[in-house]
Amino acid sequence: MSSGGSASSARGSASSAGSAWESASAVAIASQVRRGERTARSIVEAALAAISARDPELHAFLHVAADEARSAADALDDAVRAGRDPGPLAGVPVALKDNLCTRGIPTTCASRILGGWRPPYDATVVTRLREAGGIVIGKTNLDEFAMGSSTENSCAGPTRHPTDPTRVPGGSSGGSAAAVGAGLVPLGLGSDTGGSVRQPAALCGTVGMKPTYGTVSRYGLVAFASSLDQIGPLARSVADAALLLEVIAGHDPRDSTSLDRPAPRVSRSLDAGVAGLRVGVVAELVDDTAPDVARRVREAADELARAGALVEDVAVPEMRFGLSAYYLIAPAEASSNLARYDGVRYGLRVDAPDVEAMNTATRTAGFGPEVKRRIMLGTYALSAGYYDAYYGKAQRVRTLMIRAFERAYERFDVLLGATAPTTAFALGERTADPLTMYMSDVCTIPSNLSGHPAISVPFGAGDDGLPVGVQVLAPALCEERMFQVAAALERAAASRGNGSPTTEPASTAQPASTAQPASTTEPASTTEPASTTEPASTTEPASTTGPGERGRGR
Amino acid sequence: MSADPGWETVVGLEVHCELKTRTKLFCSCLNAFGDDPNTNVCSVCLGLPGSLPVLNVNAVELAMRIGAALHCEVRPSVFHRKNYFYPDMPKDYQISQYDEPINVGGWLDLPDGSRVGIVRAHLEEDTGKTTHQGETGRIHGADYALVDYNRAGIPLVEIVSEPDIRSAAQARLYVTELRALLVATGASDGRMEEGSLRVDANVSVRRAGARAYGTRCEVKNLNSLRSLGRAIDHEAARQVSLLEATGTVVQETRHWDESAGRTIPLRSKEEAFDYRYFPEPDLVPLAPDDEWRARAADAVGMLPSARRERLVLLLDKDPTPQQAEQIRVLVGQGLDDMVVAATAHGAPIDLALVRAANELAADLDAALALDPAAFGALVRMEAQGDLTATQSKAVLAALLTAGGGDPAAIAAEKGFEALSESSLAAVVQETVEAHPDEWSRFCAGEEKLAGFFTGQVMRATSGKADGKAIAAELARLKNAT
Amino acid sequence: MNDPEPLSREEVAHVAGLARLALTTDELDMFTGQLARVIDHARDVAALDVAGVPPTAHPLPVRNVYRPDEPRRGLERDEVLAEAPEVEDGRFKVPRIVGEAP
Repeated sequence: MSSGGSASSARGSASSAGSAWESASAVAIASQVRRGERTARSIVEAALAAISARDPELHAFLHVAADEARSAADALDDAVRAGRDPGPLAGVPVALKDNLCTRGIPTTCASRILGGWRPPYDATVVTRLREAGGIVIGKTNLDEFAMGSSTENSCAGPTRHPTDPTRVPGGSSGGSAAAVGAGLVPLGLGSDTGGSVRQPAALCGTVGMKPTYGTVSRYGLVAFASSLDQIGPLARSVADAALLLEVIAGHDPRDSTSLDRPAPRVSRSLDAGVAGLRVGVVAELVDDTAPDVARRVREAADELARAGALVEDVAVPEMRFGLSAYYLIAPAEASSNLARYDGVRYGLRVDAPDVEAMNTATRTAGFGPEVKRRIMLGTYALSAGYYDAYYGKAQRVRTLMIRAFERAYERFDVLLGATAPTTAFALGERTADPLTMYMSDVCTIPSNLSGHPAISVPFGAGDDGLPVGVQVLAPALCEERMFQVAAALERAAASRGNGSPTTEPASTAQPASTAQPASTTEPASTTEPASTTEPASTTEPASTTGPGERGRGR
Repeated sequence: MSADPGWETVVGLEVHCELKTRTKLFCSCLNAFGDDPNTNVCSVCLGLPGSLPVLNVNAVELAMRIGAALHCEVRPSVFHRKNYFYPDMPKDYQISQYDEPINVGGWLDLPDGSRVGIVRAHLEEDTGKTTHQGETGRIHGADYALVDYNRAGIPLVEIVSEPDIRSAAQARLYVTELRALLVATGASDGRMEEGSLRVDANVSVRRAGARAYGTRCEVKNLNSLRSLGRAIDHEAARQVSLLEATGTVVQETRHWDESAGRTIPLRSKEEAFDYRYFPEPDLVPLAPDDEWRARAADAVGMLPSARRERLVLLLDKDPTPQQAEQIRVLVGQGLDDMVVAATAHGAPIDLALVRAANELAADLDAALALDPAAFGALVRMEAQGDLTATQSKAVLAALLTAGGGDPAAIAAEKGFEALSESSLAAVVQETVEAHPDEWSRFCAGEEKLAGFFTGQVMRATSGKADGKAIAAELARLKNAT
Repeated sequence: MNDPEPLSREEVAHVAGLARLALTTDELDMFTGQLARVIDHARDVAALDVAGVPPTAHPLPVRNVYRPDEPRRGLERDEVLAEAPEVEDGRFKVPRIVGEAP
């Protein structure tokens, strides 16, 4: 991390306007930078200053790309001055989970085996981010190869929870979640294989979502379990998450599993409300969680009902098989995906007299214990004599899971449940027993197995005062409806005064008292994140936002 | 090594054939042979973290064409990962097809009238190339190895035969005919010497008349038809003597050592018995529709047997053994279309066969790119006596270098102007008059003086005269004397 | 742990070998215990009667994804080899190979 004179002066200004930066919305930043009201460079300096100030304690970042970020910002400011449109993410710093390939910038997956590896190419999401004017600010910490639920399985040491340093931020995208939750950056990207975006988002009090499998290209995401992995946004508001999803989603010919479908236009549904929507509260995603978490989910359901949704309980017993099926399928795919780290072409090599011994020495020294556990588990599940009993069975259970969701979606438009069974737990609390750690993903895994989208929205706090996330699940390809419900939940949380402290409401319909301090610098209404790219917003029936308010400052 | 009459050899062959696509199976790198190491590589074929495969549509097309040509059922298929560690495999798994291959069942008819069943013909990716470095240059005793990934990811179709082959000779015939089929359908260039066709043999023996198969050994490293034949004979004899001595053969993989003329056991690895196949999650299932399958079947065109028959029909008489061999070679190398086109441009078939089987086959890459009209015109000129055989070969060489052109213009450039019949007659007349003694002796029956006169005429015409034409003119003058 | 261990030390050692991982005796004990617990938990899945239920390999029913057979420029060799642990003559250098590919 470099901190030249400009950085330290920026740091000073950042601390004077600290709360403004820490709650700044991506939608507002982009809009200001596009209009030339703020420079991308000043935004980047604010982010770098915040990182310098907080990250030594948090350890959210594995690498801060200060020089690259500054030059990207300067180039973007030149473009604005030259009258060119810098794109919908203009000047917004984004923290990337360190399993997303960045050309020339180290990409380590928090593993010794990839120590110092600089990819020769950018992941598709990174390319799209840059093309949209987003600024790669750095690479964030994760459980090694995204295998974990606490970011403790990192070769570089754990990340700490943004509000309680004795707790974990969740995982595996814990670095991105902590960076966003602590207000270092407005946006982060993570990958979600069994809940690795949503669960840390819930624990850190941010929004985090997993798109329908195939919505976001996996090209350049270092694979953990290919049939489950999806990249998703982390943000401090539903609107910001929507903005980032719209930038990164859409068909990519480099990923054969990418759906031939345009990016979902999730921003336009945020104010639509939930009147008449059928919401199923999944018993298994409430009953199996801690009482304080379950209480919040019930309250969230009540709020949706109050807003006009038709809320009912539903049992989806197949969800109880999710964890077992997941911990056969994901390690099986991982055991194969991680075979390539053999010391031949890139990354670590530990010398030995013959190639087989070299492979073994390299892998033994390069992988941490959790990765070894999963490689062995997956190798076992695939090996001769066990395939049918384990991997083959798990794939059939996957079919059952999909059918169970399909049945539920015949009766409901969306499903509701907890994102994680508890709030943030203490560092070291679950490291001794892998199975206990694996249980942290029990609420998020079903959507990965089915391929369906799901989003976690902060909704109040647990008995310990730490954030609770409520999860909205939707049928495949129904991200718009899902964001619509998520935005309603976010408004409800804000109106109760129990959203995440840093969460901006998605709507101007909020009472002024809950408006965030930064609102004075944000003339643009946050209801219209993509207004400049979307000519005519399909006017929503939402009662509180009249068409006359479009584009008007408060 | 002749087979023991009390024993029967049983062979099944696995042929790996590199497809003639422009790019690799799962990435857009060039499918090329002989380039500098690691110059046709990208994130995908190097297996870099985060890279993903995308299937080459033309590889599927060619695989289906092979299936249709082998009378296989072309089916919906799924790619699997075959997991094992080896440094020439960038991902340490190979993307292949396992229990749902694209082509299933089928057969290949051989020119000797026998039929060999086909179990399957599936798509998979090739590995990189390892060179063992050290004193011996071979795997044993090497100090280290170097890896080039240019070949990694090149599309292969693996064609697995039933154990229907009963001799080394039949195995060679099978590979020769299969190779001709792959060339004829445009699926492969079939060059064993460049490794684009590689053969493994499953060999077993059984008592003559027995029904049950014996224990088989897989023999690898068969880089030529000669190796294939020798290895099968050797391996069968080894198994017979083992069975006669101890009563058992151990199932194993063996390596053919061409210089030693024997097979040696390979160190078998644990992995070899547990590839942990599972469906490749980075690719989606393949289900070509009826229309595409029909199009691929149509694109098969004529099979080698029909192509040989076509040349025989053009010949319009029973081919001499030499011509039969020429026809076999030309069809095997995909040059038969050239011969047929040449005849359409007025070239006589027998001379076209000779020039194609000799000159064209010797420079195959250039020959396959040659304009058939130019070749036809050249053969016609030679047949008409406008060019001597020597001149014709020189012009053909020039055509091959240039990829085509006007043979008459090249001949003129080279000063190969054809002597008209009258000017040849005049030169012969002058020569006879200049050597009256020799002429008298020739007319008196001293036949060997024909050579003297031919030489004189050649010198006088700077080699432009045709030997046969000179002989004819000498005979005419002698009769007229 | 209720049932007898579903996974033996020998099986774990075998699997580690397949995956090219070396384990100390202590690690072997630790991993055997941990993996046995996970496998034991997975018995609910292994015990399910799913006869007649097709397996799902891909969450969404996508088929027939191809790319045209058109060459595109790959990576520069120098850039590729720069990341390699050891290189000679434009190729990746590895210690001697014992045994051929299986």
